[in-house]
Amino acid sequence: MSKIKLTIDGRKVQIEQGKTILDAAKKINVKIPTLCYHEDLCVAGNCRVCVVEVAGSRALQASCAIPAQEGMEIRTNTPKVRNARKDIIAMLVSEHNTQCTTCYRSTNCELQTLSAEYNIDNNRYLSILKPNIEVDRSSWSIEKDDSKCVRCQRCVRTCSELQHVNALTVSHKGKDMKISTFHDLPLKDVVCTNCGQCVNRCPTGALTERRYFDEVWEAIGDPTKHVVMNTAPSVRVALGEMLGYPVGTRVTGKMVTAMRRLGVDSVLDTDFSADLTILEEGTELLVRLKKALVDKDDTVKLPLLTSCSPGWVKFCEHLYPDHLGHLSTCKSPQQMFGALTKTYYADKKGIDPKDIVSVAIMPCAAKKFEANRGEMKDSGFQDIDAGLTTRELGHMIRQTGLNFLELEESTYDSIMGESTGAGVIFGATGGVMEAALRTAYEIVTGREVPFADLNITAVRGMEGIREASILIEDAVPEWSFLEGVEMKVAVAHGLINAREIMDQIAAGESPYHFIEVMACPGGCIGGGGQPIPTNEEIRKARVAAIYEEDMNMTLRKSHENPEIQTIYKDFLKEPLSHVSHNLLHTTYRKRQHY
Amino acid sequence: MKNYICYSINNTLNQFNMADTEKLVEQLVTQHGKTRNSLLPVLQGVVREEHFLSDTAMIAIAKALNLSSADVYGTASFYTFLETEPRGENIIRVCKTITCKMKGKQQVIEAIENHLKIKEGETTRNKKFTLLAANCLGWCHKGPVMLVNDDVYPHVAPDQIVDILDKYC
Repeated sequence: MSKIKLTIDGRKVQIEQGKTILDAAKKINVKIPTLCYHEDLCVAGNCRVCVVEVAGSRALQASCAIPAQEGMEIRTNTPKVRNARKDIIAMLVSEHNTQCTTCYRSTNCELQTLSAEYNIDNNRYLSILKPNIEVDRSSWSIEKDDSKCVRCQRCVRTCSELQHVNALTVSHKGKDMKISTFHDLPLKDVVCTNCGQCVNRCPTGALTERRYFDEVWEAIGDPTKHVVMNTAPSVRVALGEMLGYPVGTRVTGKMVTAMRRLGVDSVLDTDFSADLTILEEGTELLVRLKKALVDKDDTVKLPLLTSCSPGWVKFCEHLYPDHLGHLSTCKSPQQMFGALTKTYYADKKGIDPKDIVSVAIMPCAAKKFEANRGEMKDSGFQDIDAGLTTRELGHMIRQTGLNFLELEESTYDSIMGESTGAGVIFGATGGVMEAALRTAYEIVTGREVPFADLNITAVRGMEGIREASILIEDAVPEWSFLEGVEMKVAVAHGLINAREIMDQIAAGESPYHFIEVMACPGGCIGGGGQPIPTNEEIRKARVAAIYEEDMNMTLRKSHENPEIQTIYKDFLKEPLSHVSHNLLHTTYRKRQHY
Repeated sequence: MKNYICYSINNTLNQFNMADTEKLVEQLVTQHGKTRNSLLPVLQGVVREEHFLSDTAMIAIAKALNLSSADVYGTASFYTFLETEPRGENIIRVCKTITCKMKGKQQVIEAIENHLKIKEGETTRNKKFTLLAANCLGWCHKGPVMLVNDDVYPHVAPDQIVDILDKYC
């Protein structure tokens, strides 16, 4: 590809054709401020914060939107540029609800940072913030506060380009222009999957997750309550970003200590129920295969689709309601954990389940909605009392005043704190598939999966849809009907890719047996509840940390988890048993399509 | 933000039968094609027949063109001439910008308000007329200007209003 030579602030830079001025500046570490620009999204060029001077052109140019051209002379730091940027930021501030002291995103807000960097005082423009803007708190997962919106449209682009859900749109024009749902209905009444990707990309506090940590603090402070927290696999590789560690640092041990210091009675691991999911879902897959191949039952739904990602589940319920039979009936690890906390755990510990408050720490906004689904009460109580995001846990740790960097490491409590590497990799796209294959292949053949170090690299990576196949040879007698079968699997992440998978299924052309889908790009490590910012580089670093964590585990196959073996022996009996069916499996419902 | 109760009331205000609306959308989509490019002509077609875009109509369009309902609403709400609130059979628009203001648009509006017993932005009880203010209609040299549906009335005077509007009754 041909290279272009240009000059930025007197320094020469070479860059590939088609790249923008902003890209070229980044290459030589010249920082140009941006606001509507996001690496994951198409260029909008609507905020103008990134303007630069281009020799020969009278007007300033938006560097995010202008392709670099041969011989260009760019100046990024002249009085003209600085004054223009200052004016632009001041105008954005004049429309913004500047009650930063009470904003959840304070200290992690791009507008606040820019405003401080450019020393915007309130005297330049009077506030023209519209009065009486109501905050939409209708959704269990996401809050929308238009008074803090700068109309950069990152959320709209996220919902369209990454998720293809298009729940958010730009409505009206001029001074009335705003980010709306259909007819500006409350978020709970529209086709929103609660994935929270918009929250991750909102530069301000206009879109945030609905917070529940105050209720959790209440429970922790109440001596009659037994508070159980479980942490999802991807939380441990991202939490550190909020507490002083570089991206991609594993902070499992410190996180467990910190949670104990919060005053939580029992710190447990969602990886345990991830392992359990593998046993249940893996068995469900094998049973479906048997029904299809041996019993020639043509009502059996294949491919089987994973159901761990509640954003993905709600996506199916809205947009593919006729194909819900393909979804695994397994609850997500969070909900399995909740149901077991108030039954098995309560019984073993001799605690009245009504006194247990179960809190899930998740990388996810949709988990909040999932915890509040009417059907998630199989323990006789609300199975999960509160679903918090990684960000909320980070806030709680800060509120406690702990010096996270100095904390000693500790391990999870028992019971339901033991896990394997297979549970850990649930946090990355492809992880559920890899964990399932490690166990299912071994059940069927009696041998380990034929990959070096159990690393099934074919299902790893960042491509939107990945596929792999694994030939079953020398099956044990019980599964001999699978002899010679080439198991075809696929992995998709980001709902735009999920749509492709579902369209194929709807057309009856899906060649796969088993498909893993995660609503968020990168899987849970890129979830809507993870630390902000996010981009491809950050997601890759978190994924690498997940696989590192897996490699460091002694046990790396779900069925080898001793606590899993015990729970089957003492309580569940076997996968898909009657008890499992009641506590660990669920049903889905059709929701409005438009 | 609208609450859900308002939303359902709004729906019942829709004077058109749901099945008719869906049929209309179907016809328009057959005529203009199923791609996103036909969104505007289809929206315009519905407004021509039903005077505004009901929720039923927008959802039917979303379905037919494989778009989200929010997308359809976003486009519809952008254009002043694509109404998303229930409107009368005839829409009167009086230019509100500076030239027409200097030439007496306020007196024209008052004459209409007196005659129809509605205020700007409202619809008559019999759903015959809706009165709206419009941005520049490009007739500054012949202001004040009034638009009734697609008919232009330049140099309009307050004493002509009764006669003009009678033509639409």
